[in-house]
Amino acid sequence: MTGTPSLAKSRPDLPFAITMSGICKRFGSVQANDAIDLNIASGDIHGIVGENGAGKSTLVSILYGFYTADSGQIKISGTPYTNNSPADSIAAGIGMVHQHFMLVPNFTVLENIILGHENDRNLTRSMEQARHMLMNLANQYGLDVNLDAEVGDLPVSLQQRVEILKALYRNAKILILDEPTGVLTPQETEQLFDILRSLKQQGVTILLITHKLREIMAVTDCVSVMRGGRMIAHLDTAKTTPEELAELMVGRPVQVQKQWHQTQTGAVVVKVENIHLSNADNQNLLSDISFTVHAGEIVGVAGVAGNGQSELLNILAGITAPSAGAITYHGHCITAEAPANAQTIKALGVAHVPEDRHASGIVLPFTAAENAALGYEDNVSHGYKNMFISPQQLNARCANLMQEFDVRPPHPDLKSSLFSGGNQQKLVLAREMSASPSVLLVGQPTRGVDIGAIEFIHQQLINMRDSGCAIILVSVELDEIMSLSDRIMVMNNGQIMGMVNRSDANVKDIGLLMAGVQ
Amino acid sequence: MAELWLQFVLTIDATLRVATPLILCAMAGIFSERSGIIDISLEGKMLLSAFTAATVAALYGSPWLGLFCAVIVSMVFSLIHGFACITHRGNQVISGLAINILASGLTVTIGIAIFAQGGQTPFLMSGQRFSAISLPFAEAAKNIPIIGTIYAEVISGHNLLVWVALLSVILTAHVLFHTSFGLRLRAVGEKPEAVDTAGISVTLMRYQAVLIAGLLCGIAGAYLSIAHGAGFGREMTAGKGYIALAAMIFGHWRPIPALMACLMFGFLDAIAARLQGVELPFFGPMPTDLILVLPYVLTVILLAGFIGRAVPPKAIGQPYIKER
Repeated sequence: MTGTPSLAKSRPDLPFAITMSGICKRFGSVQANDAIDLNIASGDIHGIVGENGAGKSTLVSILYGFYTADSGQIKISGTPYTNNSPADSIAAGIGMVHQHFMLVPNFTVLENIILGHENDRNLTRSMEQARHMLMNLANQYGLDVNLDAEVGDLPVSLQQRVEILKALYRNAKILILDEPTGVLTPQETEQLFDILRSLKQQGVTILLITHKLREIMAVTDCVSVMRGGRMIAHLDTAKTTPEELAELMVGRPVQVQKQWHQTQTGAVVVKVENIHLSNADNQNLLSDISFTVHAGEIVGVAGVAGNGQSELLNILAGITAPSAGAITYHGHCITAEAPANAQTIKALGVAHVPEDRHASGIVLPFTAAENAALGYEDNVSHGYKNMFISPQQLNARCANLMQEFDVRPPHPDLKSSLFSGGNQQKLVLAREMSASPSVLLVGQPTRGVDIGAIEFIHQQLINMRDSGCAIILVSVELDEIMSLSDRIMVMNNGQIMGMVNRSDANVKDIGLLMAGVQ
Repeated sequence: MAELWLQFVLTIDATLRVATPLILCAMAGIFSERSGIIDISLEGKMLLSAFTAATVAALYGSPWLGLFCAVIVSMVFSLIHGFACITHRGNQVISGLAINILASGLTVTIGIAIFAQGGQTPFLMSGQRFSAISLPFAEAAKNIPIIGTIYAEVISGHNLLVWVALLSVILTAHVLFHTSFGLRLRAVGEKPEAVDTAGISVTLMRYQAVLIAGLLCGIAGAYLSIAHGAGFGREMTAGKGYIALAAMIFGHWRPIPALMACLMFGFLDAIAARLQGVELPFFGPMPTDLILVLPYVLTVILLAGFIGRAVPPKAIGQPYIKER
């Protein structure tokens, strides 16, 4: 990787807010960052893209002082600095909005903001001083939020605002945002970008970490691409395209957006009627969910994470019993009064690719061959009541699946934890599809999966649909829903906000439905 | 009627005496657990410091030196607990249990080695203990009805450490909810990563919290052997550390409600002593055993769900490990 296509900075007149040179960081045998050079111009919105595991998060964690680099140098506004803790970075004017918010849910907004930066030993006095300052900040940047609200009661978009305010309160001149849009609706994402633009106008330098190319194109001035722990390219956003970025991220040409095509659908295979689910505290997690899925169709379930999609998927797979309602698979009715377990539902020809593959998709310490047979052990066992499993058949079966689904490395006896996220997911998908199900439930099929594998997984799902399988796809990636689904069901707060045909769907309307606006 | 009133007042007086170690321990527990460190070793630390206080007071004759050494010993064991749970991310319950077992054996063994009295320490003379402080005019006030009896019996005549215990409640409430230190302490027990990213050391916060717990626990132990009692007896804490933990949970990790819970346990203990041999209508003589088990039965019943759901600090019991 010697011929790094690094373009010269287009605005040499601006001083660099951040200069990182030769940053290396190793975790055990993994070289997470390998001789990273990065210059960020003052007052720019600078994006860093890369696939999962490319080393973006490690790099910003080093910048924020969460980790210490093994070697390399960092300069802030031209002055060399060593940061050993977040306290040093805060003092140097660096603020960070973490992917998982660093807020205490049962504290008020004000308490969260001053935590660690109280002006006075006396809490009441420091809160009053901070309140005054925050009012000014909120006005200056248009960041309205009720300072006395409990953070846990706020929607995520407002919690994110609190994080931004927190950084500004600490006098951040450089703001790092790590995957900030993962939990936002398209409209909330737009609002966030407006805030970022206004921060930029006030002279704040912004470092935006994301894997969404659309966002890089929409809001950044410059973009750096990382792959496999190395910095691959620095580009001016205006002079690049999503295709070029995707190619740099993956290292080979990829198709960014697949063209959705209409197909013939068959009979109704899945019928869901009035499903309700309430928890122990009698809160409604799902209310009045009804829809149908036909053979040869993909129904995409869109929504911000945590709006009932996971619960719905678990009910459909027979893992959770609904509080009320009925599900019919091929005329077999499963009701709240007579619930079925996952085993019986599987016997009806329903396969399930769970949302969290590490929690419920595979057993990490097992070999690939064992995981490829989990739940389908009868296929490789023999003897009285299938008591014995033949290791030869186990391995042979897995080797076949690995070849068919391009799982690398193709070694059935390798421990599952040693495969990359994408290959683990392909293994789960291979196992579930191998039974030729008539209904496929898929949750977050491409979470933590590299672009190359995403392409492959999407193609497999489309092939399944074309061969007549009814697919229910739950995903928080709206792009994924849009490029695969024939119909899109939008969920908010445990309810169906709307069911849209793909041909009539647009991101704006779906975003509004996701936000609960009908 | 006057006799009944006097009995009642005396019971309240006894309540306060019995509740004192519970109050100190409950406050210790609040500090530790609010920072995210489970502390079942309150019991063991209290036992160790009771033994230390009595031993030092017996050998050197000074209750103040006894108190000082008791606090130091308790804080040293807090540091051991912290070293296991904070620095080495060990299991907090196991570490606490180990301290309790160690305390129970160590006090008796060293006690026999020094005094050869079967694990007890010698009886302490009045100069070797914290004695009752009679407030001015207490004798004269006894004759004034109601207010006078309350003043003479309930308010006057306690030793210094009873007042320290009550003061500790006010101080705990103040530190926890009205200082910046308290804000950080509460945050570290709820979401340590938020504190870490704010540039504050989680480790340091938690060590400070367990040390404060050690300090309060040490005072509680000293109270048992050189203020309330006059010497150390084996296993003299008799589960008071656990009762204090229960009181802390009833009080939802809040100082004032925890104080109330401690007083309630103290009250049950006090009437148990008062009711010994008292004839009840229809019932005959009061079975003392029944009343003695009351605090424990109550603990079980209340913990089983009669107090509403007690929501502990979220990060309690979890060692803090940075991501990855």
